[in-house]
Amino acid sequence: MLAVFKREVRAYFYSPIAYVLIGFYILLCSIFFLPNLYGGRADFNSNLSSMGFLLLFIVPILTMRIYAEDRKNGTEVLLMTTPVRLTGVVLGKYFAVLFVFLVMTAITLIYPIILAIFGNPPVSQIVGGYVGFILLGATFISIGVFASSLTENQIIAAVVAFVMLLVMWLMDAISSMLSGLLSKALSWFSLLARYSEFNLGILNISPIVYYLSFTAVFIFLTVRVIEKRRWSQG
Amino acid sequence: MIEIIDLTKNYGLVTGVKNLNFTVEKGEILGFLGPNGAGKSTTMNIITGFIPSTSGTVKVCGYDILDEPREVKKRIGYMPEQPPLYFDMVVKDYLDFVCDLKLVDKRKKKSQISDIMELVKITHVKDRLIKNLSKGYKQRVGLAQALVGNPEVIILDEPTVGLDPKQIIEMRKLIKALGKDHTVILSSHILPEVSAVCDRVVIINQGEIAAVDTPENLSKGFGKSSKFTIRIAGPQKSVFNLLKQVYGIRYVDVHASNEKDICDYIIETEKDIDVRRPVFFELAKVGYPILELKSLDMSLEDIFLRIVTNEKEVE
Repeated sequence: MLAVFKREVRAYFYSPIAYVLIGFYILLCSIFFLPNLYGGRADFNSNLSSMGFLLLFIVPILTMRIYAEDRKNGTEVLLMTTPVRLTGVVLGKYFAVLFVFLVMTAITLIYPIILAIFGNPPVSQIVGGYVGFILLGATFISIGVFASSLTENQIIAAVVAFVMLLVMWLMDAISSMLSGLLSKALSWFSLLARYSEFNLGILNISPIVYYLSFTAVFIFLTVRVIEKRRWSQG
Repeated sequence: MIEIIDLTKNYGLVTGVKNLNFTVEKGEILGFLGPNGAGKSTTMNIITGFIPSTSGTVKVCGYDILDEPREVKKRIGYMPEQPPLYFDMVVKDYLDFVCDLKLVDKRKKKSQISDIMELVKITHVKDRLIKNLSKGYKQRVGLAQALVGNPEVIILDEPTVGLDPKQIIEMRKLIKALGKDHTVILSSHILPEVSAVCDRVVIINQGEIAAVDTPENLSKGFGKSSKFTIRIAGPQKSVFNLLKQVYGIRYVDVHASNEKDICDYIIETEKDIDVRRPVFFELAKVGYPILELKSLDMSLEDIFLRIVTNEKEVE
């Protein structure tokens, strides 16, 4: 697992992907940060929710290559014919994307630091917001990794991941259009409602468990998809 | 070392391979020969555990690939038709990564990588990105990858495809050398390659085994007739007619040579009839001297084509 992790992290940072994506992301975040500077606003949690929205676009591009590229280049054979377990391979890849995401997130810490220098931001609320942000990102990445394992075409992987994330994002809106049990069930699944809870500075155990188990389910599904494809068509 | 029993693989309704049975002994170089699409790669993918079989058993060093895949995978080095290379890595980092995947001891990693790079002669490109290497070097890195972890069994799928003649010769030498302390299976659709390198040949056609034997036995035993080539000085037409009349000769073919009135004749005879003496006396009578006479073993190529076409006729 560690070997795969190291290789994938290197692949991100030896190629322009990580730099371009992180640069682009920071640029957009900085634009969101302008009102804080000019308006003298110390509240950072509304920024965090827009940053969460940006993940809808960033994560699919980050994850699209993670498994699809291996299938396309034939390196999947190497991973499958060595004694490393498939779960180890998938986890290694997942954590590599997560690592890139964490690097990206670490850079955004500069904003609250600026706020702290020039003002009095609500620290605990921002910390809570960041915990939620990282959990949200980790969950999105698991969906992206799953989408990448479905196809050998990176573009399709990105589009599938984007659509899945969009559905997750709009879950609240969808459930409010419906009524009764279905609406209740859908709104229970909402990733976003829980995220806004974090942004209010509420650090509750149940949403944390929810995000983590959501991630675990998608990693498990990824392993199953790869395993099943080998058995069905070879 | 490797036992394959009743191996069958279906892709939906299409049969990949059907009831394959063969064994490979320790230290043997086995050639896997067949036209494109005969099921060579499928078989290799199954032996290495990349894809599961529909039915049948594959055992490597006594371990079943389905029951104990990790034990088998530890003992196999595999170079698929398309070498599994990460183009964005430099050669030595790539091999380092493969070492980690194959659970090579951390302390032995460095010396093993440099040994392998020496062996396949890629030491001087170790700091270059794989995507910038030529086809021949990529192929060598692919082979290096298969050697990592010093596996007992090495499986090579079309190792010489896309190489230039000089590289092909080098690759064959290398495979021969590997055969000294490894069991090697290699596939090919190029016949001279197999006869040059392998101890034993499995000919596979349309997913089924057509023949298993040593290259020598195949060329000896399979032919229904023997072949000679004779160079004779004399007018082509009369020599041709004369040869045709000799008892035991089934077929004569003429190849003109550069010199005037000298031709090469390829004759095919009935099995177990020696025509060399009668031919000499007949020609001596009319005064056409024999300049050269040598017997031709049936080449693997002939046998292969015969097997493959025979099967088609049966259908």
